[in-house]
Amino acid sequence: MKAKIIITPKKAVLDPQGKTVQSALEHMGYRDVTGVHIGKYIEIDLAPGTDRNAAQQAINDAAHKLLSNPIIEDYRLEIE
Amino acid sequence: MNFAVLQFPASNCDQDAVHAIQLLGHSARLVWHKDTALGDVDCVVVPGGFSYGDYLRCGAIARFSPVMQAVKQFADNGGLVLGVCNGFQVLTEAGMLPGALVRNRDLQFHCEFIFLKTVTTDSPFTNRIPAGKILRVPIAHGEGCYFAEEEALAKLKANNQILWQYCDATGNITDSSNPNGALLNIAGICNERRNVAGLMPHPERACEPLLGSADGNLIFESIVASLQNNSVAKAA
Repeated sequence: MKAKIIITPKKAVLDPQGKTVQSALEHMGYRDVTGVHIGKYIEIDLAPGTDRNAAQQAINDAAHKLLSNPIIEDYRLEIE
Repeated sequence: MNFAVLQFPASNCDQDAVHAIQLLGHSARLVWHKDTALGDVDCVVVPGGFSYGDYLRCGAIARFSPVMQAVKQFADNGGLVLGVCNGFQVLTEAGMLPGALVRNRDLQFHCEFIFLKTVTTDSPFTNRIPAGKILRVPIAHGEGCYFAEEEALAKLKANNQILWQYCDATGNITDSSNPNGALLNIAGICNERRNVAGLMPHPERACEPLLGSADGNLIFESIVASLQNNSVAKAA
C-alpha cells in the first residue's frame, strides 16, 4: 500500500523554476505551453492491510503539518 | 546577558553568532538540537545554515526538533528569539512568525552586502538603531524571498511588524535593491507580541570592521538594551 502526495506551489507564489522551464520549452518550439508549475512528488510506503480511511486521515495530517507548507503550497493525496 | 545559540546538523553560522555576542561582552553558548531544555537564558538565536540539509523545505525538519519545542515555550513566556537566515526560515515554518521564504526570484544564491532600512525602532531588536541609519550587512541565501498572503501582509503593516526592508545606499526602497523578490522588500519581521524576530541578512557577519561592517552589532545591542531595561523594570 502506498500514499502518493503531489505538492504544487500556490498560484500567488512566485515560481521562478516553472517560469524558466516554460521559457526553455517555448525556445524549443513547444508553442502550446501556457504555464509550467514545478512541485514535489512524495511516495510513502504503508504496511499491507493498513486501514485506508485511517491512512488517509494520518497522511493528510502529515501533509498539512510537515510534507507541505499550506502558506505557499497545495497538495493532492492518493492512497493506492 | 546570556544568549543561547541553537545548533542543528548543518547549522553554519552558529560559531559566528557566538563570536559576535561575545565581542559585545556577553555570554553565548551553543545548545544542541536534541536538547529539550534551554537552561538559564535571556535570548535565543536561531542561526543560519542549512539545518537538516534543507531537506523537504528550508527549516521544515528543524521545526520539529526537541530544542524547538523548548524555544516555542520560551517565546510563549515572552522570551526574546532572533532567527537569522535559516533561523528565520525555521521560525516561519514553526508558525512563530507569519509568512514563508521561497526561492529567490532569479534562482541564484546571493552572497553579497546589501543595505537595510529599519522601518521601526519600536522593537527589542531595533531600539538602538539610530533613526535614518542605513545598515550595511551581508546576505547569503538561495531561498530568502519573503511571501505572505495579502491578509497576513496587511496585518504585518497595520501592527508595525516589518522591521527591515532592502533599500539602496540612500534608503530608497527600490526593486533593484531587492535581492530576492521579497514582497514589499521585506528583509525581516517580528511577531505581533514583538518578542520573536527573523531576518534574512546576517548581523553576526557584520560585527567588526575587519569583516567590512560593524552595523550588525546594532541589532545585538538593541536586544541587550531591551533585556537590561526589562531587568531594571523587574528589579523596581
